[in-house]
Amino acid sequence: MKDVLEVKSVEKYYGNKSNLTKAIDNISFKVEEGEFVGIMGASGSGKTTLLNCISTIDRVTSGNIIINGKDITKLKGNSLNKFRREELGFIFQDFNLLDTLTAYENIALALTIQKINHKEIDTRVNDISEKLGIKDILNKYPYQVSGGQKQRIASARAIVTNPKLVLADEPTGALDSKSARQLLESFEYLNKKLTTTILMVTHDAFTASYTDRIIFIKDGKIFNELVKGNDTRKQFFEKIIEVQTLLGGDLSGVI
Amino acid sequence: MLFKLSIRNMKKSFKDYAIYFLTLVLGVAIFYMFNSLDSQQAMLKVSESTRKLIGLMIDILGVVSIFIAIVLGFLIVYANNFLVNRRKKEFGIYMTLGMGRRQISKIILLETLLIGILSLAVGIFIGIFGSQLMSILVAKLFEADMSEFTFIFSLPACIKTCIYFAVMFLAVMIFNTITISKYKLINLLTAVRKNEIVKIKNPIVSILVFLVSVVILGYAYWKVTGGINELDTIDKIIGPIIMGTVGTIGIFWSLSGFILRVIQSRKKIYLKGTNMFVLRQLNNKINTTVISMSVICIMLFMTISILSSSISVQTSMDSELEEMTPVDLNLYKTANLPESYTNPKTGKITNYTEKQIEDSKRPITYTLESNGYDINNLKDIEEVIIYTIPGLTWEKSLGNYFEEAKSNFPMLAYDTPETILKVSDYNKIAKLYGLEQYNLKDNEYMVLCDFDTMVELRNEALKENKTINIEGKEYYSKYDECKSGFLNMSTSHTNTGIILFPDSFEFKEEWKEQYFLAANYNVETEEEKQILDKSFTDEDNNVLYEKLEQNGIVLDGMTKIVIIESSKGLATIIIFISIYLGIIFLIASSAILALKQLTESSDNKQRYAILRKIGCDEKMINKALFRQIAIFFMIPLVIAIIHSIFGIKFALTVMSVLATPEELLPSIIATAAVIGAIYGLYFLATYLGSKNIIKEEE
Repeated sequence: MKDVLEVKSVEKYYGNKSNLTKAIDNISFKVEEGEFVGIMGASGSGKTTLLNCISTIDRVTSGNIIINGKDITKLKGNSLNKFRREELGFIFQDFNLLDTLTAYENIALALTIQKINHKEIDTRVNDISEKLGIKDILNKYPYQVSGGQKQRIASARAIVTNPKLVLADEPTGALDSKSARQLLESFEYLNKKLTTTILMVTHDAFTASYTDRIIFIKDGKIFNELVKGNDTRKQFFEKIIEVQTLLGGDLSGVI
Repeated sequence: MLFKLSIRNMKKSFKDYAIYFLTLVLGVAIFYMFNSLDSQQAMLKVSESTRKLIGLMIDILGVVSIFIAIVLGFLIVYANNFLVNRRKKEFGIYMTLGMGRRQISKIILLETLLIGILSLAVGIFIGIFGSQLMSILVAKLFEADMSEFTFIFSLPACIKTCIYFAVMFLAVMIFNTITISKYKLINLLTAVRKNEIVKIKNPIVSILVFLVSVVILGYAYWKVTGGINELDTIDKIIGPIIMGTVGTIGIFWSLSGFILRVIQSRKKIYLKGTNMFVLRQLNNKINTTVISMSVICIMLFMTISILSSSISVQTSMDSELEEMTPVDLNLYKTANLPESYTNPKTGKITNYTEKQIEDSKRPITYTLESNGYDINNLKDIEEVIIYTIPGLTWEKSLGNYFEEAKSNFPMLAYDTPETILKVSDYNKIAKLYGLEQYNLKDNEYMVLCDFDTMVELRNEALKENKTINIEGKEYYSKYDECKSGFLNMSTSHTNTGIILFPDSFEFKEEWKEQYFLAANYNVETEEEKQILDKSFTDEDNNVLYEKLEQNGIVLDGMTKIVIIESSKGLATIIIFISIYLGIIFLIASSAILALKQLTESSDNKQRYAILRKIGCDEKMINKALFRQIAIFFMIPLVIAIIHSIFGIKFALTVMSVLATPEELLPSIIATAAVIGAIYGLYFLATYLGSKNIIKEEE
């Protein structure tokens, strides 16, 4: 399989010579096309910094990040924005939907800023919303729908552009357990049926159990890696809990 | 310590302060400029009557200044309130650090003081330069000699400005202290606004309201232009004003929904770039600011109308004046004084001396010479006699049309006797004035009239009834309408009617009413004319005046110089007050608009951050922001301009100014320049301020 994402010995330092913090300390990993990968770690472990570097919001200190064959650490200015617009999709913890726009318009906005023909926009928005089961709320405003529906709208917005890689930052963080489960099922659908590659950051073991593979990060370094393989989700979930116990520190946040 | 904090705060939030500072500086500068006119006029070489007019203007401007100070005061409190609200979180942090409310008040007090002093200094500095331009304008409008140009600084105006603004700042300080004392710490710290619930209007209702508003406005427009003849009394104008206001509010209530609906149906435009986002932003904002948008629009409308119509009045007055003052001098004197006269209304009895009665039987030239006036000072002298015939009043000459005229114009004095002139007498004057001369057959008469309302009445009457019966003899009107022409010089067309009879008509001695004389001064230059004019206008050191006074003889008159000066002075006073008010209205509406836009900056900030997150680059974001603010500024302006087209037309009709589009053009250009400059400045400040706000880190 082709690698969609390759992180090669990435380092990210904050501060100055006298007081240096290594947020990411020599991390390398790969994500193949069609994989659903989770990144777990306690708060302060560097997982969000890593995601920010991959999503081109932040710059690495050293190392390379290659997405779909392009080294994004070499991109600058407008080509960086263009890259972000066209190759990446984002799902955020707090949805980041525009309150003035309807669900339809929120999804369409991701396409209009790519200057895509309006007829195609219509087809694609309708298509994706049908797949995510939000077709009947397309004309509603964000404040009129539930949190789970909001996050599914956000997911639709993230993948409507057919990105090479979808980056999800604690997508279930603001949802109740039922909505979280529904959303994760949607993710599964996107991943399995539409072969969307997803990289998800979370510190919730249940959410993580939906992925194929989990990378654990501690103090800016890769601590462990778990592959689901042929395990059931329940077995995988138990393994995750075990690793988290090893990781320590963030136990209270898990439950 | 507090002082240091204040300075640092101001530096940090300089862009936030930009609108506030701009408003203060403009306010101070305008205030200074108009109040420094006093010292400016001292350097102008103008005649006595002009100086009096300038004095009157300065008095009026002084009163207007109080009104303006109140408007500015409210504006400053409003703008300041915006700043304080924007810094709620900062104050919250101070309070968690243990700072008391009084200390926070002190910080704000210091800041207000600093910015006040700074803006006063900058404002007065700009005002001093601005007032030099003003004095050039004053000199031009009053046609004064500007050869000795000196740079002036008006200390009284400066002090007045400082006092007025000090009072305003005091009000701001008190207001701030009250606001701070009401704050609760928890509200300060969580002051960042959450996404609000968007009020959605039913699009069909929006479209309906929009169409109804357009119809209402259209009807109001028609009322003040096409149907203006029906607006004959002052109370009937209230209808169109209410309709205009309701229509404007309706338009703002529905406009964004309407536009949204229209553009939404054109997917090609709607689903392109950030169009959708910008439209929704506007829709959201205009929905929540219907009333303030309407107020801003109406203020802009007043600014545009006031500025452009007052300037056009001046321009058209100039051209009409030339036509209405063909000679240097008009004099008139009552003929045939009786031995005693009882005023029919007051019952007061006036007895006339033999000398007065004797003089009233002689022409004006005789009166002038016998009272020590050198008749050689005059040339082109034409003297005629004006008659009135007992019983021949307006009522009679209107004939059958009288009843209808009375119901339409109940206020006119229909018992006024008609002014009668021999046609050859009139032709003498007409020749001198350069007007058309007429011929009449023995049984013909004709009417001269150029005052609009009376022309209308007389034309109607002449259509129905062309004959007048004088002492059993019938006379027929030669024309079926009245012709233009006049006897008395004045500032505008005011001849309500003169009836000309043929020379063969038997003019009786007792019908003589007045002597009328028209002449030019027998000198060439303006300066010499000014000197000769004093005999008729200046009471000091005046032989003619003293003698006439002694003999009890009343000689009325009007000179070209007086007419021109008073008319120019009047127009100039109107212009100055209009500019003053217009600019302040403009500043007020621009500032409110700008602050409205910035107030919602926290919401905007969040929304633009989302745009950035989903992959919009800075260029796209700035473009969206620019368009959003530009449209937000343009909508009230465009509607105000549409209102003004009809408003100006109405104003010019009411003031009976007939201006062609070419004549209006300079005043429209001048108005556009003023509005463009001030409005543009605020637009720019708003755009930069908003850009700064949305750029801030989360």
